[in-house]
Amino acid sequence: MTEENQRRVVSVIVINEASVLSRITDLFSGRGYNITSLTVAPIPESKYSRLTIVTAGSVRVIEQITKQLHKLIPVLRVYEHEDMVEKEMAMIKLPITENLSDINALCEAYNGKIVNAGENTIIAMVADEPKRIDNFLNAIKRYNPKEIVRSGAVALER
Amino acid sequence: MQISGAQMVIEAFIAEGVDTVFGYPGGAIMNVYDEIYKQDKFQHILNRHEQASVHAAEGYSKASGKVGVAMITSGPGFTNAVTGLADAYMDSIPLVVISGQVPMSLIGTDAFQEIDAVGISRSCTKHNYLVTDAKDLPRILKEAFYIARSGRPGPVHVDIPKDVTAQIAEFDYDIELNLETYKPHTKGNPRQIKKAIEAIAKAKRPLFYLGGGIINANAAYEVRELVQKTGIPAVETFMARGVLSHDDELLIGMLGMHGSYASNMAMSETDLVIGLGVRFDDRVTGKLSEFAKNADVIHVDIDPASISKLVNADYPIVGDVKNVVEDMLEQVGKIDSNNYESWRETIINFNELHPLTFHEDTERLKPQWVVKRVGELLGDDANISTDVGQHQMWAGQFYPFTRPRQFVSSSGLGTMGFGFPAAIGVKAASPEKISINFTGDGSILMNVQELMTAVEKKIPVINIILNNNFLGMVRQWQTLFYDKRHAETDLSVQPDFVKLAEAFGGIGYRVKTKEEFDAALKDAVEKNVVAFIEVIVHRMENVMPMVPSGGSLFNMMLLEKKGDK
Ligand SMILES: Cc1ncc(C[n+]2csc(CCOP(=O)(O)OP(=O)(O)O)c2C)c(N)n1
Ligand SMILES: [Mg+2]
Repeated sequence: MTEENQRRVVSVIVINEASVLSRITDLFSGRGYNITSLTVAPIPESKYSRLTIVTAGSVRVIEQITKQLHKLIPVLRVYEHEDMVEKEMAMIKLPITENLSDINALCEAYNGKIVNAGENTIIAMVADEPKRIDNFLNAIKRYNPKEIVRSGAVALER
Repeated sequence: MQISGAQMVIEAFIAEGVDTVFGYPGGAIMNVYDEIYKQDKFQHILNRHEQASVHAAEGYSKASGKVGVAMITSGPGFTNAVTGLADAYMDSIPLVVISGQVPMSLIGTDAFQEIDAVGISRSCTKHNYLVTDAKDLPRILKEAFYIARSGRPGPVHVDIPKDVTAQIAEFDYDIELNLETYKPHTKGNPRQIKKAIEAIAKAKRPLFYLGGGIINANAAYEVRELVQKTGIPAVETFMARGVLSHDDELLIGMLGMHGSYASNMAMSETDLVIGLGVRFDDRVTGKLSEFAKNADVIHVDIDPASISKLVNADYPIVGDVKNVVEDMLEQVGKIDSNNYESWRETIINFNELHPLTFHEDTERLKPQWVVKRVGELLGDDANISTDVGQHQMWAGQFYPFTRPRQFVSSSGLGTMGFGFPAAIGVKAASPEKISINFTGDGSILMNVQELMTAVEKKIPVINIILNNNFLGMVRQWQTLFYDKRHAETDLSVQPDFVKLAEAFGGIGYRVKTKEEFDAALKDAVEKNVVAFIEVIVHRMENVMPMVPSGGSLFNMMLLEKKGDK
């Protein structure tokens, strides 16, 4: 059994009720598991919400995380797959004085575009695999981004 | 039926067959207490501290097997109860704890006696609820009782704002519960069970490792049968005392930090651990990498998260221990108990080499003698509770337990102050038995106000205070591992325990000799009132054997042979 920390995506389907999110985050902090990112939104036309948690841990820790999540009463299902389709979104605010066509081209390579232009700044968005978002954010550095916001990953098992 | 939220609480208790509620009133819960006043279906026991109410409910639950119920007010009432919730959570004790809350309109305003109770209890309960509408109350209460007692049991906390207890709504308790996200596994996988049986049949040195889950599952008698039919030796955790009778030849003893030499050696030499309702607690396993190093592991537990949490299970079986053991019993014919003859002999030899014992002293009574003596005099007639410390370990080591639910102790949390209120709960649950609390001169003061509860309600708990004038267990560690620097553990300054008991209307004894002890115990049993028997015991006695924290089980400090030193 490997003791190395691995990145893992865990999806959790929960009943959409008061304090359910605290139950989940309390579990992580109380047991010393880490959360790299967490997203949550209701599942359309149901009483459930879906959380996507990016975490890291040894095989044993990841197994415990899924089991402990399962133990929480309002948790319906926990998916922990190696093989998930993952996407993340990022928005970047840039000075309007930068080369906008270059920026647009770069964004397009990451399924994005410029989505807003103001007096002094523009806002661009991209949506891609988290790893590729890392790459994009590296590449965009040279255009002097003023603000960056990442959504955290969402994922679906294949 | 249209009734108030407060009346719903009463009706739900009655429907659940609750006969005793432990609690303490206050502003936010007064509507419910008003309804308690009006009814005569169950008794309410007023403890003198909310922590004690929850411990009493724990003791009641442990002795009876039923869900324990406690009721408290908001703010300080609730925060006082938190230790009890945490204690019940660690030891998987089914409780429903109801707390009052400030009215809905005041929640979030830092109102008088407002505290985010569900926020606090979230991490020390199996589940909790903040009720925001009385129409939800029947379902929530029914779920609370169901969740508390099913699966791996545990405490459930229900926080009810004062206006919700006044609100009128429809009450129907015959609703079907539909908990689609909570479905405990109770039946073990037959293929896994079959494989486990085959592994047992092949093993040369198998060992039953029995835990408190067996008692929760009411499976002790099935386990006794399994042990007997297979002829496989067994060790018990502290939580499992009483699963096997002390005189069962296959019971080696208790294992772990203060386990017997033979138990810990058996665990170190076994080639197949058969864990039933256990959780591989660090106080049991010692250094994990050395624990049962040469053994495969069968692990039966209702809680999937317990399995392979600390020790990898080669044969994981998720299910109710009772069901699984019953299934195992059907295949027990495949196991030949003669195969383990030499293994049983090995264990007898371990026991002869270093039996669990102690040395008598001519000057002062030994605490172990007191425990043994109570066993000789009362044995099966007594239920035993304990506080936390050396006396607790001696009770676990030396009392001759004969049945499950005879022993109640704070194991997982190790809560000083648990014993006396728990023993009150035990006595309320089984009045026909004598309720003994083995306690220490430190621990007893942590819920000593319960003398008043016991006197008022005529609950004759006998507290045997093993007085060593020390926070003995901490002193033992200081002696052994801190070069005898006994920082803040010397309890030379003490109350007069006899007068203390008398001040509340109880009875007190101070004894120094065996004869005095026998006489005091006899008298206390006859007088049938709450009692303190203060026994002056040897101050520097250590609990042995001892596996130092983090050490390997087989590496025990042992009782010095007589004449050593
Ligand atoms: C509430 C609480 N505080 C502190 C401790 C740490 N502790 C464990 S045992 C012990 C000493 C208990 O002394 P006493 O009740 O006299 O029992 P003895 O060990 O002397 O038998 C202490 C302080 C604890 N377990 N619980
Ligand atoms: Mg003491």
